[in-house]
Amino acid sequence: MRHLLSAADLDAAAAVRVLDVAEEMAATQRREIKKLPTLRGRTVVNLFFEDSTRTRTSFEAAAKRLSADVINFSAKGSSVSKGESLKDTALTLEAMGADAVVVRHGASGAPHRLAHAGWTRGAVVNAGDGTHEHPTQALLDAYTMRKHLRGGTGDLAGVRVVVVGDVLHSRVARSNVLLLHTLGAHVTLVAPPTLLPVGVQAWPCAVSHHLDAALADVAPDAVMMLRVQAERMDAAQGGFFPSAREYSRRYGLGRERLAALGERTIVMHPGPMNRGLEISADAADSARSTIVEQVGNGVAVRMAVLYLLLAGELPGGHA
Amino acid sequence: MSAAQDQAHPPEQGRVLLEGADVQRAVTRIAHELLESNKGADDLVLLGIPRRGVPLARRLARRLGEVEGSHVPAGALDITMYRDDLRRHPTRELSPTELPPGGIDDKVVVLVDDVLYSGRTIRAALDALNDFGRPRVVRLAVLVDRGHRELPIRADHVGKNLPTSSSERVRVLLEELDGRDAVVITPGGTPGGTGGGAR
Repeated sequence: MRHLLSAADLDAAAAVRVLDVAEEMAATQRREIKKLPTLRGRTVVNLFFEDSTRTRTSFEAAAKRLSADVINFSAKGSSVSKGESLKDTALTLEAMGADAVVVRHGASGAPHRLAHAGWTRGAVVNAGDGTHEHPTQALLDAYTMRKHLRGGTGDLAGVRVVVVGDVLHSRVARSNVLLLHTLGAHVTLVAPPTLLPVGVQAWPCAVSHHLDAALADVAPDAVMMLRVQAERMDAAQGGFFPSAREYSRRYGLGRERLAALGERTIVMHPGPMNRGLEISADAADSARSTIVEQVGNGVAVRMAVLYLLLAGELPGGHA
Repeated sequence: MSAAQDQAHPPEQGRVLLEGADVQRAVTRIAHELLESNKGADDLVLLGIPRRGVPLARRLARRLGEVEGSHVPAGALDITMYRDDLRRHPTRELSPTELPPGGIDDKVVVLVDDVLYSGRTIRAALDALNDFGRPRVVRLAVLVDRGHRELPIRADHVGKNLPTSSSERVRVLLEELDGRDAVVITPGGTPGGTGGGAR
């Protein structure tokens, strides 16, 4: 593994390997002393062109627990707001000796450009690009499912997952569909037609517009609620749904739908949540909710990704 | 370390130095030495270093229990993330660390490994121990000491001292992982062929 740009970069064996390493990383995080010397002397740059406190702090914690030096570079108040290009930013970071660049960017494909343009020798990790992908989120979701549904080992063969909500604006949905499919799970996307991207028919998953029917037909092992990304819903593009109330009634996870879920079904949400819109407080705070646990798992999974990208031989084989 | 590696070097090619009951006798002797130096089994905690140190530690604990009639806890201490040579090899797999429920604080911790070579694994193990607690004493027991130390580290209990050339490869086979007990020495020539806990 040289970079992690897309969930599609991982075949089943590689994905299971990341989850297995994450399992060991999680074990180290239950110790009193959580810091490991593994990446001492390596530099990880968090390059965030979009605000994301939770993903950035998760990567920061992961890198610090492995003793890497962390440089946070956010677009606000930096040279980027003065008009610097991605290329010049990358060259600056290269000059600082970045071994890994964790990048969040509003434009789909920016991490790919960064990885392949030859501007930096560091490993590039996609921490969310536009409406494209967010592979480490998919990995931590898969990790959480595996923990609850498969005892923390192997793949997710036969696991049934329903992903509900704003698929159109969600990079989490795309990465999850790709990774879960790779791991052998069956994914059903549920959303109003206005919140599905063009070409979703080609994704390796089923698509439905009716939540109750999907929950009844699929009998899911995991239900993943997606955030309604109101900030990406430009009023000029027209409404995506008639009203928040109607959305909540048709696609929200409320008390009744929660009660109808199977006994062992888990409820997931990548956060941050819109309580009362896509998920009710009853669902978010229920015993079957893994939402807080997902955050903790995120650190272990990101430690695993940084370990696998940075701990081995340098490309070319010299130490 | 891997199946492919084991196939590439079938043990039959090498010189067999210890076999079957020899290995068991070495373990038994180490057990008696430990009891003698510790004046009994009190506070002993055995920690095997993956992979082959772990079954060795379990065996040693079993033997100590038989001799002394008391339970001696055994666990595993993975040192991968404490190694100083991570950048010199492809990314290494991690193994679980399992500490006995009583922990290691104020205990007599015995590190157990199959082969003592450069001493770097043990240096890493001492660093790892530091993160888990503060043992009263740390000792080292190895099945084979093959020499060529690169650090000021020595074993307290050795199953067999084995003078080797650094180009040779020492492999320990254990019933639990390999289907039989043996210590095999093969001529070198495999660059970086230090698997099987030989380093």
